[in-house]
Amino acid sequence: MDSDEESFGKSDSGHNSPTDDEDDFPMEMDQPPVKEKAMETDEYPYETLTTENIVQTMIDCIDDINSVLNLPKTTTRILLNHFKWDKEKLLERYFESNQEKFFRDAHVVNPFNKPKLKNKPKVPSSGLEECEICLSTFPPNMMTGLECGHRFCTNCWGEYLTTKIMEEGLGQTIACAAHNCDILVDDVTVTKLVPDLRVKVKYQLLITNSFVECNRLLRWCPSVDCTCAIKVQYVEYRPVQCRCGHIFCFQCGENWHDPVQCRILKKWIKKCDDDSETSNWIAANTKECPNCNVTIEKNGGCNHMVCKNQSCKYDFCWVCLGPWEPHGSSWYNCNRYDEDEAKAARDAQERLRSSLARYLHYYNRYMNHMQSLKFEHKLYASVKEKMEEMQQHNMSWIEVQFLKKAVDILCQCRQTLMYTYVFAYYLKKNNQLLIFEDNQKDLESATETLSEYLERDITSENLADIKQKVQDKYR
Amino acid sequence: MAALPRRIIKEAQRLQLEPVPGISAVPDEQNARYFHVIVTGPADSPFEGGLFKLELFLPEDYPMSAPKVRFITKIYHPNIDRLGRICLDILKDKWSPALQIRTVLLSIQALLSAPNPDDPLANDVADLWKANEAEAIRNAREWTQRYAMDTTSM
Repeated sequence: MDSDEESFGKSDSGHNSPTDDEDDFPMEMDQPPVKEKAMETDEYPYETLTTENIVQTMIDCIDDINSVLNLPKTTTRILLNHFKWDKEKLLERYFESNQEKFFRDAHVVNPFNKPKLKNKPKVPSSGLEECEICLSTFPPNMMTGLECGHRFCTNCWGEYLTTKIMEEGLGQTIACAAHNCDILVDDVTVTKLVPDLRVKVKYQLLITNSFVECNRLLRWCPSVDCTCAIKVQYVEYRPVQCRCGHIFCFQCGENWHDPVQCRILKKWIKKCDDDSETSNWIAANTKECPNCNVTIEKNGGCNHMVCKNQSCKYDFCWVCLGPWEPHGSSWYNCNRYDEDEAKAARDAQERLRSSLARYLHYYNRYMNHMQSLKFEHKLYASVKEKMEEMQQHNMSWIEVQFLKKAVDILCQCRQTLMYTYVFAYYLKKNNQLLIFEDNQKDLESATETLSEYLERDITSENLADIKQKVQDKYR
Repeated sequence: MAALPRRIIKEAQRLQLEPVPGISAVPDEQNARYFHVIVTGPADSPFEGGLFKLELFLPEDYPMSAPKVRFITKIYHPNIDRLGRICLDILKDKWSPALQIRTVLLSIQALLSAPNPDDPLANDVADLWKANEAEAIRNAREWTQRYAMDTTSM
């Protein structure tokens, strides 16, 4: 693998250059090799967190704040969520601003005002309270509420919270059930009042999700069905590998896309998704009927066009787009068309055509590798069979592991190759591009050879031979 | 259909026993969740003197979700569209299960007194309301006379 990666590694040093501001940035081939080495060796510390780890991280975060502020834990949690789990910002605001406003903005009742609360429930003489939701009366121990003093029966609370969690997907931001009251329900109350375990699990999930989403240093592993998150110390364009094996770019969450930068990749994906090139094709290859404006592609040599639109059927000249009638008579002057204007039109069309051709060149290769990458995943299955077969031919388990490793490498190569075409599309045409393309070519041919070896049938005679070749290739 | 929740029975009873001035809400004979509503146009509004018919339906998960309310009588109002649908926050995201049919209808009556052209549902009406309020109010009054005062259609 070294030879492949290195030939490529040299050329990709441009990706961490600071010239991101232009779309077409020149590659910086003359960077000192020191930097490249640093890039490969220096560590990017990160850890994988399971759901339990995430919950623990939240609790640690709450305890940190509480060691300073000494508020009820539930209040601290709501405050932290309000400040997107930015501890410094929370403390800064707490000590800077008016406390009353601080708590009101976070939708919690100021815990220091509690004794003065006037909203305390008045228990009628009968000893029974009416729940405003179900309009039934209950003894006070069946009624509950938040610090805001609005009380409802536990049953209605449970139903209300369940609706908010299951139907609206709210977690940390469920407000009191009373009209016009924005005091938030804390997690302990929710857990106490929700009867159904399934709803509780969903609530926990919503809470951890909002924690991860609003924390810059955390990112969910994007792989399907994986519930882990990656925690880093600082955000950077770097590959991280989750416990599940998925490797992705921490900065943007896409598959690891070296040598392309996140911003360029995003642009590329957007370009592929929108139809900008479709409209280029239309502009380059079609004209509009001068009468009804329907789009027409010319498919023959004759310049006498008859619009196929049944309600139009206009006769016109493809060259000058004027009516066809005069072209057959003596005052025909299509040939005397304004030269400059015609040239400008031709040039514009030419430009669109070549830009389309250029895009398609890179897009086809990019898609081709993406397709191959999908096929290589099938290869894992067939390689497994081959490995078993080889073990029957007097090879030890450890000896045949090279095959799986080779497929791993092959997939990596394909992925890198795929993104080199995105990279190349956004490069300016200069000598460095030529060098880049040479390296790309080397990686291409090495990858193809490796792929070929792996797909060849393995017979007992050429086993040793194949092993030799495959190992040579993936080095 | 499942048995009617106690809350709906109680609300219907209270609407009968302590009616709100200017509002009547009568449950349908066939369907206790469907109410025939009549709201009188508030005094000092272009809707004064009109009787507006509405329909109100309590969905399966009421009171956890808001009732569905629609004007049946045509009305010229920036927050009510041609189909009679109403733009009112408590019928959408500001709904609270502690609100009731009574409070909802009172809010709708208040909306007639205080149209809000800055949060429009019927754009053409709202535009005129902002550009030329006098003319808009004249239109509203004319519509009230034409559609909400003809007793034969009630």
